[in-house]
Amino acid sequence: MYRYDEFDHAFVQERVAEFRDQVARRLSGELTEDQFKPLRLMNGVYLQLHAYMLRIAIPYGTLSSRQLRRLAHIGRVYDRDFGHFTTRQNLQFNWIRLEDVPKILEELAEVEMHAIQTSGNCIRNVTADHFAGAAADEVADPRPYAEILRQWSSLHPEFSFLPRKFKVAVTAAPHDRAAVQVHDIGLHLKMNEKGDRGFAVWVGGGQGRTPMVAKKVRDFLPEANLLAYCEAILRVYNLEGRRDNKYKARIKILVHEMGEAEITRAVEAEFATLQGKALTVSAPEVDRIARYFALPDLKALPAVSEAYEAAKRVDPALALFAKRNVHPHKVPGYGILTISLKPIGAPPGDATSDQMGAIADLAERYSADELRVSHEQNLVLPHVKLDDIPVVFAQLQKIGLGSANAGFVTDIIACPGLDFCSLANARSIPVAQRLSERFADIDRQVDIGDLKIKISGCINACGHHHVGHIGILGVDRKGEEFYQITLGGSGDETCSIGEIVGPGFSSDGIVDAVETVIETYLKLRASADEPFLATYRRLGQEPFKEALYVR
Amino acid sequence: MSDDVFRDGAFHAETWSFPKDDEKLPPSGPVAVGKARFLIEIQALRSRNGEIGVVLTPGESLDGIVDHLDRITLVALRFTRYSDGRPYSIARILRDRYDYKGELRATGDVLRDQVKFLLRAGFDTLDVAHAGTREALRSGAVVAMTHHYQPASAETSEGRTSTAPWRRVSS
Ligand code: SF4
Repeated sequence: MYRYDEFDHAFVQERVAEFRDQVARRLSGELTEDQFKPLRLMNGVYLQLHAYMLRIAIPYGTLSSRQLRRLAHIGRVYDRDFGHFTTRQNLQFNWIRLEDVPKILEELAEVEMHAIQTSGNCIRNVTADHFAGAAADEVADPRPYAEILRQWSSLHPEFSFLPRKFKVAVTAAPHDRAAVQVHDIGLHLKMNEKGDRGFAVWVGGGQGRTPMVAKKVRDFLPEANLLAYCEAILRVYNLEGRRDNKYKARIKILVHEMGEAEITRAVEAEFATLQGKALTVSAPEVDRIARYFALPDLKALPAVSEAYEAAKRVDPALALFAKRNVHPHKVPGYGILTISLKPIGAPPGDATSDQMGAIADLAERYSADELRVSHEQNLVLPHVKLDDIPVVFAQLQKIGLGSANAGFVTDIIACPGLDFCSLANARSIPVAQRLSERFADIDRQVDIGDLKIKISGCINACGHHHVGHIGILGVDRKGEEFYQITLGGSGDETCSIGEIVGPGFSSDGIVDAVETVIETYLKLRASADEPFLATYRRLGQEPFKEALYVR
Repeated sequence: MSDDVFRDGAFHAETWSFPKDDEKLPPSGPVAVGKARFLIEIQALRSRNGEIGVVLTPGESLDGIVDHLDRITLVALRFTRYSDGRPYSIARILRDRYDYKGELRATGDVLRDQVKFLLRAGFDTLDVAHAGTREALRSGAVVAMTHHYQPASAETSEGRTSTAPWRRVSS
């Protein structure tokens, strides 16, 4: 994991002091709420429906046990004993007092954390594949580059007042778990024939009101040019991005309006003036950062664990957990274990302080002290011995987090929605809870197989509904909550934006409607092995539409 | 515009004049005009005795300006709202790409919380109207970062560290 040195500590301390000064000026009345707003947003403080919310950065979703314990502590002392993991791999506290924020930031700084750029019109917390550093299929760990980008983008003097927020994601595996094609910049780390590292660069993806899949502007950008190229993209965006309409201000609109060829030309021209100068990413610097992310010292083990295999044979629940929540690790004898924060009927992504504490203990004992947060609002223990999986599973069951539903219909992503968010049109969490209860039967979930449901409470799409296999969007219809269904979205390497299937459903009708879609799929699938998305792509919208609207 | 500008930690008397578009250019002394007038009257500006400046509003590019950087000694970039960050990029392009060494002034909505960003982006003078910001600058009460993760356009005034090529330290 990255460790702060003196410089990093000094940086975060100064930022805390700066923000404390800003909060003091707000509390004294020197700053109006309007003047204060952009300042607090730059530091992750939102004003929600009932209270201030503080969003804490978890860079590229990597956490240590100590950090998670500190988050649990903050939840206990300053909030209501729980936190909410977000689709940006961050953590939100929903019931924060403004006057406590400087103190919380200090507590975070002690464990090398902060809330810098978790909101505002700046480069947001960089996200990465949540299996990074452990996945069997990655060409290299993408996190050193994510860390380099995090540093470069932190309080960047040129890019702190962009037309709109700006999101960067990095992945290094052919199977894209970081959804890079729906980011403002998506970076796909790869190796060329000579064994040099570089990136496929995607620009202009995004969700929100106008969802778009990014365009690939470079197939192989040499590693050395990473920062200069990003600086060029950001400069073009900062100067040319629209500032007249908040809904047209993201870079995806600029890419769309300028056209792929023209924006590429503009970026390349800018890049030509920046290339080879101060921002060059030198191999020694990459190595220096990469050393922080070295694989922990994992003892060599047989690829197959007899104890694990035997335990699975006698415990079907463990066998299912192994199948759904354990992914292949790059080191034989280890697995990547997903802790589902989606127990039946619970708000997606929430964890109590006690649960966080218990998970931190598990990470310390069984996962080389490391954790990841996934954009699917789950937690991950990246380095678990296969031998230890049965005991970890048992411990998770004890704290109510043993659900073997990773990637199943109940592994739902939902934004905070109208329960918390002042922009919402409709509630998201209760819909997720009711869906989860409707499909609680685990045999039914197994039968349905891989299916991603994603719910947003408004068109801002924080719940990523556009890339849900089934997406649900809350809309306001004459003061009543309604829900629109989109089908066929996907955030992976086969990225596609879901299509609206027809008129929306009332709060009472939405769960039945989703069930109808799923029952239709079960009837139409070519075989039990054909997942929902494949069936949808094969047949298109018609049969689903018919089932939903023609009675 | 105020009658003084902030530079190197203190306020100094204004030396430039900014005639309105319908006012005649003063016969001598430093004078700065908007971009449209600059482009039309560039010959007159170049032939008079006195320094030349130009004032750009957000969205105005450097097209037509860069050819005259040999004579320009003030570029003032106007912030209509501090949250419109376009002038930062213009400033950096002037300093880094065109190696502009003259005065680069931030004017308009210039506030204490952006001072460090402005200086790092290459601005060297600030035209500050906001009373609280003036007071904070005068009394040295601005709380700002001195550790930075990226090189910017204040390279000559910032220190480096032994690790990490992009780190910078300012005072
Ligand atoms: S999608 Fe809308 S309702 Fe949901 S969190 Fe984002 S802004 Fe709020």
